[in-house]
Amino acid sequence: MADTTEKPAVGHPGTRPARGDAPVPAPAPRRARFWRRLTPWLFLAVPLALLIAFTYAPIVNMVAYSFTDWDGVSPELHYTGTENYTELLTRSDLFEVFFVSGYYLAASAVQIVVALWFATVLSFDVRFRNFFKGVLFFPYLINGVAIGFVFLYFFQDGGTLDSVLALFGYHSDHAWLGTPVSANTSLAGVSVWRYLGLHFVLFLGAIQSIPGELYEASELDGANRWHQFRHIILPGIKPVLTLTVILSVSGSLSAFEIPYIMTGGATGTETFVIQTVKLAFQFNKTGLASAAAVVLLLIILAVTWLQRRLVPDDRVDLV
Amino acid sequence: MNRRTALAVAVGTALLVLPACTATGGTSKGADAKAADDPSKVTGTITVLTQRTDLVQDGTLKKYAAEFNKTYPEVKVEFQALTNYEAEVKIRMNTENYGDVLMIPGVIKKSDYPKFFASLGTVEERGRKYRFTDFTAVDGKVYGQSPIGVMPGFVYNKRVWKEAGVTDWPTTPAEFLAGLKAIKAKTDAVPYYTNFAAGWTLTSWTFVNGSVHCDPQATTKLAEGDPWAEGADLRVGDTLLYDIVHEGLAEKDPTTSNWEASKPRLAKGEIATQWLGTWAVIQFQDAARKAGVDPDDIGFMPFPAQVDGTFCAVAGPDYNQAVNVHSRHKEAARAWIDWFTDKSGYDRDNLAISPLKDAPLPEVLKPYEDAGVKLIELDDSKGAEVKLIDTESEVGINTPDYRQNLVDLARGARKGTLDDFLADLGKKWTDTQKTVGS
Repeated sequence: MADTTEKPAVGHPGTRPARGDAPVPAPAPRRARFWRRLTPWLFLAVPLALLIAFTYAPIVNMVAYSFTDWDGVSPELHYTGTENYTELLTRSDLFEVFFVSGYYLAASAVQIVVALWFATVLSFDVRFRNFFKGVLFFPYLINGVAIGFVFLYFFQDGGTLDSVLALFGYHSDHAWLGTPVSANTSLAGVSVWRYLGLHFVLFLGAIQSIPGELYEASELDGANRWHQFRHIILPGIKPVLTLTVILSVSGSLSAFEIPYIMTGGATGTETFVIQTVKLAFQFNKTGLASAAAVVLLLIILAVTWLQRRLVPDDRVDLV
Repeated sequence: MNRRTALAVAVGTALLVLPACTATGGTSKGADAKAADDPSKVTGTITVLTQRTDLVQDGTLKKYAAEFNKTYPEVKVEFQALTNYEAEVKIRMNTENYGDVLMIPGVIKKSDYPKFFASLGTVEERGRKYRFTDFTAVDGKVYGQSPIGVMPGFVYNKRVWKEAGVTDWPTTPAEFLAGLKAIKAKTDAVPYYTNFAAGWTLTSWTFVNGSVHCDPQATTKLAEGDPWAEGADLRVGDTLLYDIVHEGLAEKDPTTSNWEASKPRLAKGEIATQWLGTWAVIQFQDAARKAGVDPDDIGFMPFPAQVDGTFCAVAGPDYNQAVNVHSRHKEAARAWIDWFTDKSGYDRDNLAISPLKDAPLPEVLKPYEDAGVKLIELDDSKGAEVKLIDTESEVGINTPDYRQNLVDLARGARKGTLDDFLADLGKKWTDTQKTVGS
């Protein structure tokens, strides 16, 4: 990441539009200058239009709805001021669901460690390296809904998990989704299985961008694999590691797909997003649900900001 | 920098103006969809939205449309099946484009019906011929008509119950429990299947309302009193559900239950009982045929409660069909609803209760007639209020959550006692009654 920002500096200054105090040899005619300035905007027009239409406009809409009592369909809606926010912040039961995020947070920690381990191992010369890379990344390519259904069978009484355990002589009589603790652990396990591949690929990419000479040099100095990991790989992939942590934290707070499909939030597996969806679509409180979504957005922004302050994104300078 | 600020301001303003455009008011409020005098003169292409994806896929609805065209040759009927009907229709109803004929989704407030649907006539006029007019009436006008009537009840496997030695329908919840216990002791079947994971299957326990005390005013009582007070209908139903699960008479792991798989299992006698409705019988019979067992084993029994020695069963409407108030072919749309309700035979095909008052009961309810079960229709004049209390209080008698919590409580996956649980629901409900006010 860091070296991309340095490259333009040694590029061709002549092609850059004149700015500041650098003397301009012969100012281009007005029309030409106009077109030259317009060109980047023309290229940006389509993505910007899409971004505004499908990301920012809905967000602004959502914020607007969060100040109303809209039920999601009625043509009549009334402005209620900050009533929805007051209700949200005064009803403690609406925030209890964040305890469930704890399971996903713990699972992300496991996930990052495992992904890092696999990425490190597979970045060295290992037999069937590409095969294993494929195997690890594969779950991320499957549709989340399909994963939900597959794992419902997996956790069923006498399902895949029970049969596999029986092969090893362990006959469990455990309802995997039966109690809040066991259900949340199982669901968090599914999300580890699903997102491991993504994080693995991110780490792998970062590790492979580290120049190979460094390993050779370190080996001459007598470093073992652990030393290489500790002093070359870890500092080398620090920006990606920070990014992954941020993604994991925000992902844990907004876990939705897997628990929603598998349990629908029953047996104490309700996450904040499931609760929001229920407010909007079961109880038709679109206004309140919008406010909840805004609050979640703010919480995630705050957590991200805090993280960036605690772990500043240092430059990587291995060479 | 200046340019950038200007741009940001421009985009910002544009975005702020946008939300204002999304709220369009219905201008054609109060339109009527009148029945045509001469069927051959009705023209137009109409789109019918339906939740029956299965019937669109296997061509059944096309056959109905072909039959319809014999009477109305100039009307072209197209179907759009929505898999997640409620959610998708709700979003489409923010525009004017939500088909010509549609099922009224549960989310629409009754008072908003005139803004979304064209009236089908007055309560008086329709009430003479049809059942369930009450459920869609606003200010004396009717806005929808259900093509079938449904009745809640226990779908059960006759063979299994007989093997357990129970031949008469239980008349009290205690007898019902005793029956389930006998099934557990004497057969290999799961006495009762909650279908916990599907959710809506638990929601249907709300339809116990009315049949416990044989009271057509049961809905009004929900609006005015505590549904979980001692002896109240919902308390009786919920207590029975709790006891079934608490005594270990339900499936071992409810959280991974599977609705589709439960049909053949009940048909084969691996499951003995499920609380569903008349509409389910045909699906279970089909499952029996596919599994190669006798479809006649599928039985249907009323809620175990009697008033003066007779059972009571509540007949209610399924989804109500309505005409889009913005439709350009209201006459054709109305023609479809009338034909589908009166002449299509959809009710018979589904072994359901006909919406026509003078039609005979379906075959599957023959045992009901023999046993002298009294059919009642609930007065729904307070239905809108009940719905409002329900969503405002977030109790959710029409959503699965609270009964899933009840089942969790009964099997020990949640702390607390039944009394506290129901008292808490009752408190939320009655507190909201005060704030909602009538």
